[in-house]
Amino acid sequence: MSIAPGQTVGPFLHLGLTVEGGNLLVPPGHPDAVRLHGRVLDGAGAGVPDSAIEIWQADGSGRVPRATGSLHRDGFTFTGWGRSQTDGDGNYWFSTLVPGATSPGRRPFIAVTVFARGLTDRLFTRAYLPGDEPDPLLDGLEPGLRDTLIVSREERGLLFDIHLQGEGETVFLSYPRQAR
Amino acid sequence: MTTQADISREIDELRGSGGPQPRLDYPPYRSSVLRHPTRDRQLVDPEGVELWAPCFGHADVAATEADLTIQRSGEPLGERMVVTGRITDGEGRPVRNQLVEIWQANASGRYWHQRDQHPAPLDPNFVGAGRCLTDSDGVYSFQTIKPGAYPWRNHVNAWRPAHIHFSLFGTDFTQRLVTQMYFPGDPLFDLDPIYQSITDPKARELLVATYDHDLTTPEYRLGYRWDIVLSGTHRTPLEEE
Repeated sequence: MSIAPGQTVGPFLHLGLTVEGGNLLVPPGHPDAVRLHGRVLDGAGAGVPDSAIEIWQADGSGRVPRATGSLHRDGFTFTGWGRSQTDGDGNYWFSTLVPGATSPGRRPFIAVTVFARGLTDRLFTRAYLPGDEPDPLLDGLEPGLRDTLIVSREERGLLFDIHLQGEGETVFLSYPRQAR
Repeated sequence: MTTQADISREIDELRGSGGPQPRLDYPPYRSSVLRHPTRDRQLVDPEGVELWAPCFGHADVAATEADLTIQRSGEPLGERMVVTGRITDGEGRPVRNQLVEIWQANASGRYWHQRDQHPAPLDPNFVGAGRCLTDSDGVYSFQTIKPGAYPWRNHVNAWRPAHIHFSLFGTDFTQRLVTQMYFPGDPLFDLDPIYQSITDPKARELLVATYDHDLTTPEYRLGYRWDIVLSGTHRTPLEEE
């Protein structure tokens, strides 16, 4: 099949990829809300101000949302999807829930997609919760690389920096059946 | 000072060097130099949430959002056009009821965006952003204005070919795609390091729409067709809803 190639989102991504409340998977006042946040950094360690991060995750019990309404936030329904643009320092943030495991005994993670001016195609990665559960991806990586995929816990928060290049470069993923 | 001749030489040197997707490391596109990962992507089997995609419905997107010519009080300037096509997955199945977002410059090549300082006029009647859901056959359709080419600062006298940005979701998270649609016969194709970051000519051509006179409406608008194939899915048919 002739799979369409990707192209950069360019500098004007905000025009097309702005969703009102897009970074609020739950309202920040929700009793279980946590802030998932971090910086998108380039190879010189500078924040990337023209980037967008999307996340897709299960709820606290590991249930993958199947209801429509991922754009239209009613303040009550957890739809599991969010989009945050980075600010002038490269910071993104979401108000969300800590995901549960989608199958028993597995390490929960949040699926992450990265877009930016200067990035010719989107990048996929995973933001894992810290833990001891076996995981085929994490277990096959050397510790320095593995650590790039694990969030740091904070009080009411999860920190996940994304290094596009250079020291601490995040492990990015490809999946079978994608064109390379 | 980097000239078009310098960039064109670099583009020539890299022709055919990549696969069907853009090269992440593509120095002629200067902004990619510090923003591309240096390690190969790690191949992994999708699991859990990755086997599903976010769901959108008519509560999310109003039908009028697919018409970029009616968002303001008056008619936008430029060449009115429709762009439509079918989104399928790697197995040829339609991608139904899924979100498509677009954004673009106006007919003069100016974006409705603070950071666009190109001295071409803004059009008070054209914002240049729209979205729609595909129908039960995977078909999307937008009415808009043909965008103009515009200058950027990659090198001296750098101009982007006219294009519309497309953002697409599939039925798996792993099918997510953001790309750009181009217009047939654009003289800027060979000069543009963003378009040429896809170094395989056959793959590049997949991003060029086709003019389709059957889609053209007499005395009203021109018609373009652009079909899009996303990557394959990982779910078995049993898991389909």
